[in-house]
Amino acid sequence: MTALTDLGIAAIRDGVAKGDFTATEVATAFNTAVAEAQPALNAFIVTTPEKALEAAAKVDADRSAGKALGALAGVPIGMKDLFATKGVQTTAASKILEGFKPQYESTVSQKLWDAGAGMLGKLNLDQFAMGSSNETSAFGNVISPWRRPDSTAPLAPGGSSGGSSSAVSARLAPAATGTDTGGSIRQPAAFTGISGIKPTYGRCSRWGIVAFASSLDQAGPMARDVTDCAIMLEAMAGFDPKDSTSLDLPVPAWTASLSGDMKGKKVGIPREYRLDGMDPDVAKSWDDGIAWLKDAGAEIVDISLPHTKYALPTYYIIAPAEASSNLARYDGVRYGLRDLPDGAGLQDMYAATRAAGFGPEVKRRILIGTYVLSAGFYDAYYTQAQKVRALIARDFTLAFEKCDVILAPTAPSSAFALGEKSADPLEMYLNDVFSVPASLAGLPAMSVPAGLDRSGLPLGLQVIGKAFDEQGVLNAGLALEARAQFTARPEKWW
Amino acid sequence: MSVDTATVAKIASLARIKVSETELEAMVPELNGILAWVEQLAEVDVTGIEPMTAVIPNTQRLRADVVNADPLTGGDMREAVLANAPAPEHGFFGVPKVIE
Repeated sequence: MTALTDLGIAAIRDGVAKGDFTATEVATAFNTAVAEAQPALNAFIVTTPEKALEAAAKVDADRSAGKALGALAGVPIGMKDLFATKGVQTTAASKILEGFKPQYESTVSQKLWDAGAGMLGKLNLDQFAMGSSNETSAFGNVISPWRRPDSTAPLAPGGSSGGSSSAVSARLAPAATGTDTGGSIRQPAAFTGISGIKPTYGRCSRWGIVAFASSLDQAGPMARDVTDCAIMLEAMAGFDPKDSTSLDLPVPAWTASLSGDMKGKKVGIPREYRLDGMDPDVAKSWDDGIAWLKDAGAEIVDISLPHTKYALPTYYIIAPAEASSNLARYDGVRYGLRDLPDGAGLQDMYAATRAAGFGPEVKRRILIGTYVLSAGFYDAYYTQAQKVRALIARDFTLAFEKCDVILAPTAPSSAFALGEKSADPLEMYLNDVFSVPASLAGLPAMSVPAGLDRSGLPLGLQVIGKAFDEQGVLNAGLALEARAQFTARPEKWW
Repeated sequence: MSVDTATVAKIASLARIKVSETELEAMVPELNGILAWVEQLAEVDVTGIEPMTAVIPNTQRLRADVVNADPLTGGDMREAVLANAPAPEHGFFGVPKVIE
């Protein structure tokens, strides 16, 4: 018999509904897996086994009473510690929010509980979602369950949703929430051989999600396969009057309309993504993806996104600018840490609190953001970046006149070892070269596992769609998944 | 444009982050590296391009002009608002003395 922890969302929900097993049995199995792996992987900041059991008991009782069950009934999930969860510590992996217990529930997490999901715990991440390797958390690095053959060197699970990717790929959770600002769902999904989708900006409410860069942040699911992503996204998405950027549109029936048939679809291959000195394994997996989509009936077209090379520098002006403003709220007055040196006044208290509560990467980005927004530099940096951002978005609009979806690699390499890139912030930033453009344009994009590279580590393929066309993205993802036949999983060493 | 120690100290004070001399020394080359790299945006011709303000077209919605229109985000929640405050006093946020 398959272990319960090997099952994904659809299998658990259907099994619970049919009575093959109870939701309580599922929650217990995952709680055990979490407890066993926590010392080695550090995927969670806090675990909440009682919350998972409580939700499961309710589903089991509802089923016995013959009540209708939700789309995620009996599915315990991991919640990225960027989502406010009522009464449960929410820190964004920072020291400044250590001990913070929100008095409210984020809209996305509430929707998931309403659909019958339970919470296994709050997942570790890069501090304030700033990072691509999970080395900036105040609660220690997350370790990927993957290893290179013949090596025990700890690998990065990707970032910022690295607790999410580590937990899902290690079978500690069937699925988890992620948030994506410049690739924070897609890159960790690619590094750990799982699937994840960032929907169109505004699909999921940002209310109750700790803000990093408000014009970019978007929540999405991370799960073992494309169908599970569709089911979970359907539960997470929807209009929320409490978020002024929330899209006032109905949530389409993505799961019911899933189809891997690409006949009549055009897939664009952006020539600017073919970088000089590209990792040959990444190039090969991209070629495989092209062949698979052709096999699914798609026509392949060459497209150009001429401003691609400016996407990363644009992102590293806009995201820090918004972060410097969003993170101004952490001042030691209303919540979180307060550092009040002897005899200090209000201004000294702010400065001391923020010095003690933010990690080095967060400070670096706040300083960059403060600089580019400061008098004399605002137009040269910030306004210029907003204009280039408009050009990047226009590149996509023009490209989508020629194609329905775009296929590209998710990241320029497979997972790197911890410490390998942390000395040079610029080198770390380059990891997001393929994921950032879609974020700047607010487009839906997903990563699906494509295969293993020569070192035995997963590579991901990215599908980018038109605004509001999550269906097109999920369908192309399903076509890739059906042909990639990715069954590799990390060998259990923890 | 590049920054020196004095500029970084100024930015840090604008950002309300206390930095030590050692931290300051380390930050100068890091910030200069990042700034030199983002400088390449200056070469993009943006003639006639409006700066992007909304990534997905959306209309501005206004909340009903009603007191406590939303039970979650409305008023009358003093206890919840103060629940995480480091030093609440008499139903208010406590801060060090601001005026003599």
